[in-house]
Amino acid sequence: MKHLLGLKDLSKEEILKILNLAKDMKLILKSETKKTPHLQGYSAVLLFYENSTRTRTSFELAAKFMGANTTSISVVTSSVQKGESLLDTVRTLEALKTDILIVRHSFSGAPHFIAKNCSFSVINAGDGMNEHPTQALLDMFTIRERLGKLENLKVAIIGDILHSRVARSNIWGLKKFGNEITVYGPQTLLPPFIDKFANVASSLEEAVTNKDVVIDLRIQLERQKRGLISSKYEYYKFFGLNEDISKFISKDTLIMHPGPVNRGVEISSDIMNLPNCTIEEQVTNGIAVRMAVLYLCTRKGAS
Amino acid sequence: MILIKNADIINGLDKSVKRADILIVGNKIEKIGIDIKIQNPDLQTIDASGKYVMPSFTDIHCHLRDPGFEYKEDIRSGSLSAVAGGFTTICCMPNTNPPIDNRAMVAYVRYRAREVSPIEVLPIGAITKGLNGEELSEIGLMREEGIVAISDDGKCVMNANLMRNALLYAKDFSIPVISHCEDTNLSEGGQMNLGFVSTMLGLKGIPREAESVIVARDILLAKETKAHLHITHVSTKESVELIRRAKEWGVNVTCDTCPHYISLTEEEVIGFNTNAKVNPPLRTKEDVEALTEAIKEGVIDCITTDHAPHHKDEKNVEFNLAPSGTIGFETAFAVLYTHLVKNRGFEISKLVELLSINPRRIVNLKPNVIVENQKANLVIIDPNREWEVKEEDIISKSKNSVFLGKKLTSYVETVIYEGKILKKDGEIKC
Ligand SMILES: [Zn+2]
Repeated sequence: MKHLLGLKDLSKEEILKILNLAKDMKLILKSETKKTPHLQGYSAVLLFYENSTRTRTSFELAAKFMGANTTSISVVTSSVQKGESLLDTVRTLEALKTDILIVRHSFSGAPHFIAKNCSFSVINAGDGMNEHPTQALLDMFTIRERLGKLENLKVAIIGDILHSRVARSNIWGLKKFGNEITVYGPQTLLPPFIDKFANVASSLEEAVTNKDVVIDLRIQLERQKRGLISSKYEYYKFFGLNEDISKFISKDTLIMHPGPVNRGVEISSDIMNLPNCTIEEQVTNGIAVRMAVLYLCTRKGAS
Repeated sequence: MILIKNADIINGLDKSVKRADILIVGNKIEKIGIDIKIQNPDLQTIDASGKYVMPSFTDIHCHLRDPGFEYKEDIRSGSLSAVAGGFTTICCMPNTNPPIDNRAMVAYVRYRAREVSPIEVLPIGAITKGLNGEELSEIGLMREEGIVAISDDGKCVMNANLMRNALLYAKDFSIPVISHCEDTNLSEGGQMNLGFVSTMLGLKGIPREAESVIVARDILLAKETKAHLHITHVSTKESVELIRRAKEWGVNVTCDTCPHYISLTEEEVIGFNTNAKVNPPLRTKEDVEALTEAIKEGVIDCITTDHAPHHKDEKNVEFNLAPSGTIGFETAFAVLYTHLVKNRGFEISKLVELLSINPRRIVNLKPNVIVENQKANLVIIDPNREWEVKEEDIISKSKNSVFLGKKLTSYVETVIYEGKILKKDGEIKC
């Protein structure tokens, strides 16, 4: 594996390889020293055109635990402000002898564009509305760890499907294992032809009932200004995992959220405190999954 | 003196194909007849056995980028690209820098074209000053200077009242208003067709209604004003349906589509291919079918290329940042031949209608016909040649063709304009 651009083009076997390796990496995370030499001598650059403390920190720690030299470039300090093109940035990174680039970009396909124009490995840390592969991998890792399997599950994804790269990556990844995906959200936040990729529930109640997993998505509050939703309160009442809907969610259903959570908008604090809610675990698993991905991307020939 | 032997001639007056020889003397067709024999030391003989000869083509929608963006294309390079594709009259859109929105700018394009272009270049004037959609430009003065139509192409005149006035005003000067139909509130931020592929790629989509709602609006305005509305680069099934009804209604409306809309779908974008980023966006198979059917029925009057050159560096960026547009002159005929004649069994004469006859009619130009005593403006087509569109073969300054790598059948081999050979056996001679 040279790059990780998305789960759409990854095979089931490749996904399993990452998840299996992540299991070993999690053991390292649990050990006292949290140090492996796997990436010693490698330089990993984090290039973030969008703010994301969580994902960036997770990748950075993953790379550091494995001994890589890391450096982080965020949009405010980068020369993008001075009008440097992404292609020029790529050339500079090349000259700086980058081995792995972890990139977050607000445009779909930006990591693909970089991968086409560089010799180093590119890991997509979220591109526009397209994919967020490591998030989906960590979700899949968490599901397999909790439920003991990754096949033939009923999974609901709730919220802003239209803009969600997390939803897309999860749909691509989970469908490869024969899982049944149902989505639900306001009509303004459902993309066209989503019914070709997943079932579309007609109510929140229907969406969450009899599910093995419910993945709740973060809502960007500026969608309100763009006329896609009317208010936080209304969203919570009709589309949030609120007190009314909690009775339809089984105690065995995993409740997941990529974070950070808008409490009282997407999900109630009560539900977040349930033992079947995995939000914090997902964060820990994220590091393990990213360690696995980083490792595999530096072992280009040996697949 | 040129003698074209054994050509299958489609003269542009009727649909028949007749085999004959054509003798060109000076800028005119001197004689058309069976087995013409001439003894003259200056005679050039072209053997056209198995090839078609038809009137050269006219494109009423292209971008030459001159002045202001000569690094993408200029009047000469654009003209040569047009020659390569068999076009000898091209009408260029006014979205240059500065825009063609006044008499002096029209004069510049006309003057410059006479200096550097081997073919006829006719400017299209802006509807509004600065293409700002606010005030009518001096359409009458531009008409005197030689514009053949007005358009704010690239932009839509979003103010319906202003569009109504433009239609009324253009009537005084007997020119069509060419409308780029795009409701910019609906298309804002869109990167490709809103649909299956945009959902798959996570790109913001442009709904098909961004086009069709303005098509409907402009049809209603044309109905009321009785002005000549020409809707350009039609891309959706719904637009076609609206135009079909408008024609039944007796509205003075004509329209065109481009080769890419009848041959490609939104799937070209997969892989974030910026050469497939065009505006309006590539649509779906259903739209391709509807457009093809509309061509057959005559609802679509002509084909334009919307030749839109961009520099390689401008296209080699993130998909969101890439400008829209594909070049089109050099592939237009072969795409139409491949998709309409070869794959769908259209008569070859249909292409003459779409590329030679109807576009001239729309902008009130005298027809090109292959008849004795008429100007020798013609092309020789090899219908059997198969070729692949390759960057290194492109004549245009820009190489941003959505057809790169595609295999096409038929080739514009020779181009003659006013008796001069501009392209022969695939080589540009001007
Ligand atoms: Zn246009």
